[in-house]
Amino acid sequence: MAEPPLLPLTLRGVRLSRGGADRLHGVDLDLAPGGCTVVMGPNGAGKSLLLKVLHGLETPGAGRIDWNGQAPGPAVTRRQAMVFQAPVLLRRSVAANLDFVLPRHAQARRDDLLAHVGLSDKAATPARRLSGGEQQRLALARALATEPEILFLDEPTASLDPAACLQIERLVLKARAAGTRIVFVTHNAGQARRLADDVVFLHRGRVVEHSPAARFFPTPATQAAKDHIEGRIVLSH
Amino acid sequence: MQDFGSSFALAFRLVLSGDADLIEIVLLSLRVSLSAAALACAIGLPLGALIAVARFRGREALIVVLNALMGLPPVVVGLVVYLQLSRAGPLGFLGLLYTPTAMILAQTILIAPIVAALSRQVLQDMHGEYDEQFRSLALTRGRAVRALLWDARFALVTVALAGFGRAVAEVGAVIIVGGNIDHLTRVMTTAIALETSQGDLSMALALGIVLMVLALGVNAVVQTVQLSAARRSHG
Repeated sequence: MAEPPLLPLTLRGVRLSRGGADRLHGVDLDLAPGGCTVVMGPNGAGKSLLLKVLHGLETPGAGRIDWNGQAPGPAVTRRQAMVFQAPVLLRRSVAANLDFVLPRHAQARRDDLLAHVGLSDKAATPARRLSGGEQQRLALARALATEPEILFLDEPTASLDPAACLQIERLVLKARAAGTRIVFVTHNAGQARRLADDVVFLHRGRVVEHSPAARFFPTPATQAAKDHIEGRIVLSH
Repeated sequence: MQDFGSSFALAFRLVLSGDADLIEIVLLSLRVSLSAAALACAIGLPLGALIAVARFRGREALIVVLNALMGLPPVVVGLVVYLQLSRAGPLGFLGLLYTPTAMILAQTILIAPIVAALSRQVLQDMHGEYDEQFRSLALTRGRAVRALLWDARFALVTVALAGFGRAVAEVGAVIIVGGNIDHLTRVMTTAIALETSQGDLSMALALGIVLMVLALGVNAVVQTVQLSAARRSHG
């Protein structure tokens, strides 16, 4: 019997402390199926921590997380994937990095993925010899290889040049078009405009806005969001 | 007593002529120390990996003990194994005392903690790097350990060779449990000790030369493995 979909997601009152300080202060959030949610906010707002909580890598100290009736756990995490800001690649070839997550004898699927991210000619190259952009594309291919229902991306283009950044964005949009739910963290307002269907704006560990991109960018509801979009420095503390 | 010059000359002649006694001793040394290194790796690598990955009560204390065991005195290990294998000991019925098997056992006990402690450090560092990604992929602990062992293979070869180096140069434990019996349990280090005490410096030096060549060879292999890893950027 097919498993019920993971979405919609409901978060209520999620709190998380790190190093003796509260980092998430009672986060409430609802995510519906489909599309691309961009999580924005100044540095230290709790964007990456929120993503890790959603992906099951961090356990909140309080609050409720409900994945369409399912509690967080390995079974939920397995149906998601995450691409980190600094890709963590195995000390193996490009192809072997994909083989690691694919079922045995899935060479055709691996070749399709390599072609999809433009790394077919690098299959035998040690993964750690790739450029930053190529490493991130490989990390993205590895995430897609698991056929996730939800793909989390934590500032995947933060240290990439504009061309590499654009390649990643195209791949993310293709994944969205193929039906993968995207949750993308960025502090880059331009990138958020290009990708977002809806925007979650975090400030000081709280979700202060969650609205459709078409409304968020022209008419942000809070001064912090307005300042952030307009490139003014917003302090989180 | 021969002077050093003639001893060196005789030693080289023994090595170059392929002296039967010399070869027998060298081969037994290699058999004992390679077997011990293999057994120590079979025990120490998974143990090191488990301690690197798992979080449990008493883990820090176990790491302290494991690190301390790296400095186990060989004669103490020899004595403990002797007491176990002697006729009055609990394992006396096995009849292993003064056999190469007893020597392998003693050397394994001596170097398994070295392999476990060094591999724990290597794998813990790598696990720190991989942990979040592995949790994101919801890997089982067994799969994570296997992946770590494979990705750290070049560093772990160095660990294994360090264990072998310690074993092949060790004398205290093997002389107690092996007895240094001619044509049965005489290895390079015990033979060197015996020949030196009897004033036969040529044989002692010949064995010393082979031991040094082996030590150099081990280091050369380590260096080659590391360079190869660096060249392929897997390291």
